[in-house]
Amino acid sequence: MTVYFLCAVLLMIGLYCLVAKKNIVKKIIGIVIMEYAVNLYLITIGYKKGGVAPIIDKTTNAELLERFVDPLPQALVLTSIVIGLGVLALMVSMVIRLYEKHGTFDMSQISKLRG
Amino acid sequence: MENIAPQLYTLLVFMVIGSIVAVETKNLLSAVISVSAVGFALSVAFLFMGAPDIAITQLVVEVLVLIILIRGTILLDNTAVETHRDTLAVVASLIFFGLLLGFGAMIFGSKGFPEFGEPLMRVSRVYVQTGLPATYAANIVTSVILDFRAYDTLGEATVLFTSVLGALALLRKDGKVKGEEVATA
Repeated sequence: MTVYFLCAVLLMIGLYCLVAKKNIVKKIIGIVIMEYAVNLYLITIGYKKGGVAPIIDKTTNAELLERFVDPLPQALVLTSIVIGLGVLALMVSMVIRLYEKHGTFDMSQISKLRG
Repeated sequence: MENIAPQLYTLLVFMVIGSIVAVETKNLLSAVISVSAVGFALSVAFLFMGAPDIAITQLVVEVLVLIILIRGTILLDNTAVETHRDTLAVVASLIFFGLLLGFGAMIFGSKGFPEFGEPLMRVSRVYVQTGLPATYAANIVTSVILDFRAYDTLGEATVLFTSVLGALALLRKDGKVKGEEVATA
């Protein structure tokens, strides 16, 4: 249960960074930290005590099959990680364009410069 | 590897400390490096929890995240962070903390939620039992991604493709201005 709590702490650190920081790169870092927390939480749900990786080879028997950890969250998190990379690339390209236009990373200054 | 709890707690505490450093440090480059350290610790945690595929993917993606974020910060001259506190934002995040903790306590306190180390496996049992005979894939994770849940993977590939397309559209240098003739060489 403590593991879940630490995942929630990690999520909250990311959320605080996303909400309270003015710098856009800091906001992106907050999103990345939240994403780590969610991925870790999903994998943690699927962990089985004394579990082994769900890969079958010649020595696998019915008893070992019962010790496999949950493969379903792993499969979904695998694509979620890669999607996180794509979204991060999108966010960073937006930040680069914003910096070229306004010359600053500061969110409050960027919203002041309108018009 | 019977009891992984000490290693997992060590890694998690390291990740929490690393993310606090990434949030609070004054230099953007240090923040990027710190968040990357958190990602590598996450990869090791995945390895401990019996997920080698995820660990490898996380490692590769983490290197790319580091490269992309450094490209976003280091080539620009103004990487210091000005400090000014926004009381409203801090109060809002505190309210979020409270809500998250409250709902989290409600969910984790309820009876049906599985303990750490005892997953439900209601759907996954079928995948584990029939994975090899049905899909001929030795790795169950791969058989779930590419066979049992192939439509999900297709949707996620669409999201990935769209985001990369958006990034390319934002970053390209030459574009056609509206109403202007395209020069044909």
